Amino acid sequence: MSLRIGIDVGGTNTDAVLMDDLKVVSKIKTPTTADVTTGITNGLKFVLESSGTATSAVNGVMIGTTHFTNAVVERRRLQKTAAVRLGLPATAALPPMVDWPQDLADTIGGNNYLCHGGHEFDGRPISALRPDEIKAVAEDLNAKGITAVAVSSVFSPVNTDLENEVAAMLREWVPGVSVTPSHEIGRIGLLERENAAILNACLRQLAAETVAAFRKAISDMGITAPLYLTQNDGTLMSAEFAEQYPVLTFASGPTNSMRGAAFLSGLKDAMVVDVGGTTSDVGALTHGFPREASVAVDIGGVRTNFRMPDVFSFGLGGGSLVKEDPLRIGPQSVGFRITQEALVFGGNTLTTTDIAVAAGVAEIGDPSRVAHLDKALVAAAMARIQEMSEAAVDRMKTSAEPVPVIVVGGGSVLIAKPLAGASEMVKPNHYEAANAVGAAIAQISGEVDRVYSLAGMSRDAALDDAKSEASQKAVEAGADPSTVQIVDVEDVPLAYLPGNATRIRVKAVGDLTLVGR
Amino acid sequence: MRQVTSEDLNDIALGAAVLGTGGGGDPYIGKLMAQSSMATHGAATMMYADELDDDDLVIPSAMMGAPTVMVEKVPSGKEIVTAFKALTEYYGKEPRATMSCEAGGLNSTTPFTVAVELGIPIVDADMMGRAFPELQMCTPTLAGINATPMAVADEKGNSVIINTVENRWTETFARTLTVDMGCSAMIALYAMTGKQVKEACVLGTISYAERIGQAIRRARANHLDPVETVRAATGGYILWQGKVGDVARRTETGFARGDARIDGTGAFDGRSLSLSFQNEFLIARDGDTVLATTPDLITVLDAETGVAITTETLRYGYRVVVIAMPCDPRWRTAEGLQLVGPDYFGYGVPYIPVEQRMKALGGR
Repeated sequence: MSLRIGIDVGGTNTDAVLMDDLKVVSKIKTPTTADVTTGITNGLKFVLESSGTATSAVNGVMIGTTHFTNAVVERRRLQKTAAVRLGLPATAALPPMVDWPQDLADTIGGNNYLCHGGHEFDGRPISALRPDEIKAVAEDLNAKGITAVAVSSVFSPVNTDLENEVAAMLREWVPGVSVTPSHEIGRIGLLERENAAILNACLRQLAAETVAAFRKAISDMGITAPLYLTQNDGTLMSAEFAEQYPVLTFASGPTNSMRGAAFLSGLKDAMVVDVGGTTSDVGALTHGFPREASVAVDIGGVRTNFRMPDVFSFGLGGGSLVKEDPLRIGPQSVGFRITQEALVFGGNTLTTTDIAVAAGVAEIGDPSRVAHLDKALVAAAMARIQEMSEAAVDRMKTSAEPVPVIVVGGGSVLIAKPLAGASEMVKPNHYEAANAVGAAIAQISGEVDRVYSLAGMSRDAALDDAKSEASQKAVEAGADPSTVQIVDVEDVPLAYLPGNATRIRVKAVGDLTLVGR
Repeated sequence: MRQVTSEDLNDIALGAAVLGTGGGGDPYIGKLMAQSSMATHGAATMMYADELDDDDLVIPSAMMGAPTVMVEKVPSGKEIVTAFKALTEYYGKEPRATMSCEAGGLNSTTPFTVAVELGIPIVDADMMGRAFPELQMCTPTLAGINATPMAVADEKGNSVIINTVENRWTETFARTLTVDMGCSAMIALYAMTGKQVKEACVLGTISYAERIGQAIRRARANHLDPVETVRAATGGYILWQGKVGDVARRTETGFARGDARIDGTGAFDGRSLSLSFQNEFLIARDGDTVLATTPDLITVLDAETGVAITTETLRYGYRVVVIAMPCDPRWRTAEGLQLVGPDYFGYGVPYIPVEQRMKALGGR
């Protein structure tokens, strides 16, 4: 038996669920607090006490959070960060952060240094590393008081030595420095990988604080079980790992709610509509996992090459404003102020939640406060909500065939009737806590992305090498070896070359081993 | 003559990816480089071919090698200027302008760096109207124009001048040099007179790419169907709509070859399209029925955004629309087909223009 707690820390609400193996035992939605800790503690306290569970019985706590994404999008709490790139004389045309929005580059100081180093595709050096250059960088960092650094080197996914060497030098010469080598985060594609490394570097301090707040909440409750955070692809990382790589949490919110929806409904192939307070996300599940986006993904205006779920967001949520003449719903929302501002809570703002209560499809707050609403308005608004949801689902569908639609999220009371284009509409039990459930059931993974020279080895040998390394990485991260499977294999021969270089990406996932205690 | 601004380059790159037919490399890096030059030197000047005097010297410039390498080993920005200057010195005559070798993919934007850095115009033209993998595959070859003397340069400052008797030899030697230079080099070649440009090149292709890019951008801004917009802007045909079911890749004779299966959706439900590529998409088949072949342009678009997807990034699960567009008429001659027809790439099917194939199938 394993008891796990899944927590989703959103900008507005903190959701917590306690799961006993595959069963939801208890759940709670509480407001996110400014210190983060209190909100989590409140959630933990409720799920443990309401189920009569001893803290010592908990085997693991999994947290999903949008904290780091929001920090980048809102440009706040980001550390001054420098980018050091090794590759001269190559790459000088496009220095680090060249394609960033100016305000974000300014927020983190925009400091970058181009140095010699880097490798060719086949591992030959482009130029020798010059320690004197790195020494000068270190002195400048010290003079400017910068302690967050991203190091990128050309073809570091092929050869990681130079990034590691420079990281070691900087750690020696710059007191208190925190270095993110790009090969630890990204794949081939210098600018995108470097972007991810810089974003990671500028988030490390916030990550340390946030993870400390998570830890404090858990230890305050007396829980000694390990803490995990969820990644973009619905798999877990340890709290220690998350402190080092906060950037890997970026799209974990939608991923968790889609994985949770799959789990709660038992459907593996379906569309998921997650209705929140301000916006709704629609995504497609294939084989129980979110379908990935096919184009480069911008985070706060920065181009990255992460695996991200393909999600369409639109402005409909439980707090969306409803305006008359002409009828308009959203995109403005009262957000977390819904419990003061919505009519059913005694406020003066007409929201979609009020409409749902007036239409008799939801029981929230005081229905007498919306009894006066014009019946025609209520009907028209309900129809519009339906249309908006149907259009969004249709947009994400890959065929005209009706598909199952799973509706989850706190605002899903808005969707009262089956959606057109849905073969069935499922609102599973615990729908409002799908994201926390998704966090609780997340698996653990290992990934390899590397260019192999096939001059001295066969393609099969290279694939085997990558597969075993990915599996090994998954096991090292905590996967039960007997459940590890390869879920993604991709090999791309590098075009326009006489044959020998192939880029191989492999991902392995497995169930997390939780030791019963 | 007209100005091409940093903003215009966004549209050119977007449209060039459509003309890239899955190959030619992602124009993103080339675009960023030209834009960074423009940030220092201002906008580029683009001239129309009919503004060239017959005896003007035009030196095209380009990137050669693996686009996948270029996205990692980003250029220094000097190598393309080095190559261009090396060839200029060899000729001992000031060129009137530079030009794009291929309007499809990243070489639509790379010559803008030369134009802006050296303050010379770029001609609104290219040498194929699409992308092809080898450097002899261009309309000047059909007109008997020698690719050499050619300059090849790397980021370290090395440059080499090649002289060959035939354009296929140029490809062989330049390819070897490119590998030694780290699989990404910058080149200047096919120096031509203004008269030769007007007669042997595909004219107006940079502004054509720009119009396609504008159409995609505007369609997205106005919530119109970007795929239909591309089809209309190119006079093309919708060959297929579906979801990538499988991509099988292999490396043979230096090409990234492979086949993709596109499982039909909507009107194509229940059937699968087989799409074969060798760097570029070259033939599209519905069972035994050939829908389109090289040298007509076959492009895979993201169904949602209308953005072209390259053969390298194509993967399982993408929702796509496959379109085909007629090629330049010179490719449809016997000499053109010998150079780039389905037989050259080993597909053993006769070339029939896409318009005729579509008509025979009752139109699409």
